[in-house]
Amino acid sequence: MGLIYRFWGNSAAGGSVKKVIQQKTSYTIALAGNPNTGKSTIFNALTGLNQHTGNWPGKTVLRAEGSYNYEGIAFNLVDLPGTYSLLANSVEEQVARDYLCFGKPDTTVVVADATCLERNLNLVLQVLEITSKAVVCVNLVDEAKRKKIEIDAEFLAAELGVPVVFTAAREGRGLEQLLSAITAVSTGSIINTPYAVKYEKEIEDAVTKIEPQIRKLVGKEYNSRWLALRFLDKDQVVIDAVQKWVTGRVPLNIKTGGAVLA
Amino acid sequence: MSQFSATGRLGDILKEVERISPETSQKFNDSIVSAIYGDAERITRKVVRQKGKPKIDWDKKLDDLLTSRLFGIPFMFLLLTLIFWITVTGANYPSAVLATVLFWGQDRLTDLCVWLGAPVWVNGFFVEGIYRCLAWVVSVMLPPMAIFFPCFTLLEDMGYLPRVAFNLDYLFKKAGTHGKQALTMSMGFGCNAAGIIACRIIESPRERLIAMLTNNFVPCNGRFPTLIALAGLLVMGTVGSLGATCIVMGVVLLGIAVTLAVSRVLSATLLKGIPSSFTLELPPYRKPQVGRVIVRSIFDRTLFVLGRAVCVAAPAGAVIWLLANIQVGKFSVLAHCANWLNPFGQLLGLDGHILMAFILGLPANEIVLPILIMSYLATGSMIELNSIEALRQLFVVEHGWTWLTALCMMLFSLLHYPCGTTLWTIWRESGSVKWTAFAVFIPLGVACALCFVVALAARQAGWV
Repeated sequence: MGLIYRFWGNSAAGGSVKKVIQQKTSYTIALAGNPNTGKSTIFNALTGLNQHTGNWPGKTVLRAEGSYNYEGIAFNLVDLPGTYSLLANSVEEQVARDYLCFGKPDTTVVVADATCLERNLNLVLQVLEITSKAVVCVNLVDEAKRKKIEIDAEFLAAELGVPVVFTAAREGRGLEQLLSAITAVSTGSIINTPYAVKYEKEIEDAVTKIEPQIRKLVGKEYNSRWLALRFLDKDQVVIDAVQKWVTGRVPLNIKTGGAVLA
Repeated sequence: MSQFSATGRLGDILKEVERISPETSQKFNDSIVSAIYGDAERITRKVVRQKGKPKIDWDKKLDDLLTSRLFGIPFMFLLLTLIFWITVTGANYPSAVLATVLFWGQDRLTDLCVWLGAPVWVNGFFVEGIYRCLAWVVSVMLPPMAIFFPCFTLLEDMGYLPRVAFNLDYLFKKAGTHGKQALTMSMGFGCNAAGIIACRIIESPRERLIAMLTNNFVPCNGRFPTLIALAGLLVMGTVGSLGATCIVMGVVLLGIAVTLAVSRVLSATLLKGIPSSFTLELPPYRKPQVGRVIVRSIFDRTLFVLGRAVCVAAPAGAVIWLLANIQVGKFSVLAHCANWLNPFGQLLGLDGHILMAFILGLPANEIVLPILIMSYLATGSMIELNSIEALRQLFVVEHGWTWLTALCMMLFSLLHYPCGTTLWTIWRESGSVKWTAFAVFIPLGVACALCFVVALAARQAGWV
């Protein structure tokens, strides 16, 4: 069937399998993805919530939170609003981006729509720039099959350097594999080597110059390459947040329209 | 690391950034975006294969029809009419059965009270007050909700709602508001409080407020049973359920028209501004999961709304009974209030009892009709009420209703203030007492004005 599931990371492409060292008793998992790809359906399926999920984009405005247990480990699941990118053009994008960058989830699951993978990969690549602890969940494979779209899961996992799981969440297919992939990435039994977008020479040169300085400033706590790119992009929201963090030692946390949404 | 040096280092970084890209950031930004998109395209080409064309692209074919300029809106109305028709016809029979069973239960409870030798007021307060109001709410509300909710949820599940927004976008834009208001309005058909929460999808605060203030103009499930029952009363014995459906449909269309008109006025006066544009993705049509939708919409929505109605109806029933049975002078408190409100009610084509019912029904619109019936019964003679015919007997013969009364009550029910829960939600979402007050007085003003004009016109023309 369409349910191919492969971990990537234990072979020549650069990953390595580690012994499971459980340091944490619970993990936080973020669900990101384009609008209407089935994030909420997956959220409900994993957390056992039986709410009805509407078929219209923009339904999840605030992040929803729930929890589940798998193999004796507790997971907190955060359902983020659907976004097409993380370049923060709208409130939803800011909410999602802030959470991924500064909320520091243990694993981020990017839900992608199998019927229009290209558009969904834009977001996947942006997420992988922020965090290496990710799982790509290609959902709606049943619809893709009906539209005679075939996706090579192994190849995709190899390209992205993170586990890729195929699911048809409405029918409950592939969820077990998704759960075990999330667990593996969270506990560190799989170390990902995520795909990194290569930019023009001009940008890469600039990043090389700035990134070491940023790393010195923020330490290992935050992704310095990503911050460097945002600095070069003159993303004022990010710059302000770093500024505040530096001066006041306030945890990096970007506020965006919180008053309205809270 | 001292604070000063850290700040200094950040300053150095920012200076460096400025040196590398001194002009506006647009060039870097474009280059970053196009690199990401390029890579996504490259990976996709490697891993995705389209194996031949799918036989027929049903999504596109359906969309060509459902969102076409010509057929989009008529089809939408046809679909809505169909759902109303199913609800109106389907709800009659179970309503009658439920009423028979529940009122049989009332007699047994009275027997029990007599057998226990309980004082008269115990039977009055608990059985004739609380139990009877509950029985009314359940028998009047449950059947239409149990039919309407699943139908509506099925449409939502298939992915039809965004098409509605697409079809109505043009009209809302004309009204100076956001096209997504069509979505929040559609959610309002289910429950206005849910519609208000859905308004969060509208980014601009101005347009979100307009959507919140006008959400009340589409009848929610609490008001549908009232409208359906009154429509049934209007067409009594002549054209049957099809006529009633058309009347309900007409009321809904009027509600949409008022939504647009009030939005237009608001966006030209209190909440001035230009409508913002947006992209709305039309999700694929999905085969609805019929079984799950029915189960979920009954458990999540129907029972939830019913539970809320029951919670409100029980104390309301008690209050009504007390008002009807505490005598001040020659009349009961209820009669005093109704008499006092009567002149104003008459101006609006209603009467004092109806206005009282709307006032007492503020916590939940579901209980307006039950309260009205109880309040009429408390002042009139007792009759068995388990059909539209009995309702007609009570309203028309005993309390002098005309078609104008029924029509004005429908209009008032459609337009008057939102229920308590919705108001509370508006207050929570807007964080402003002022706008919550507007949410009460704008609809109330519209309702009074329209009822007054209709009543005046009908009386002047001598139709009544």
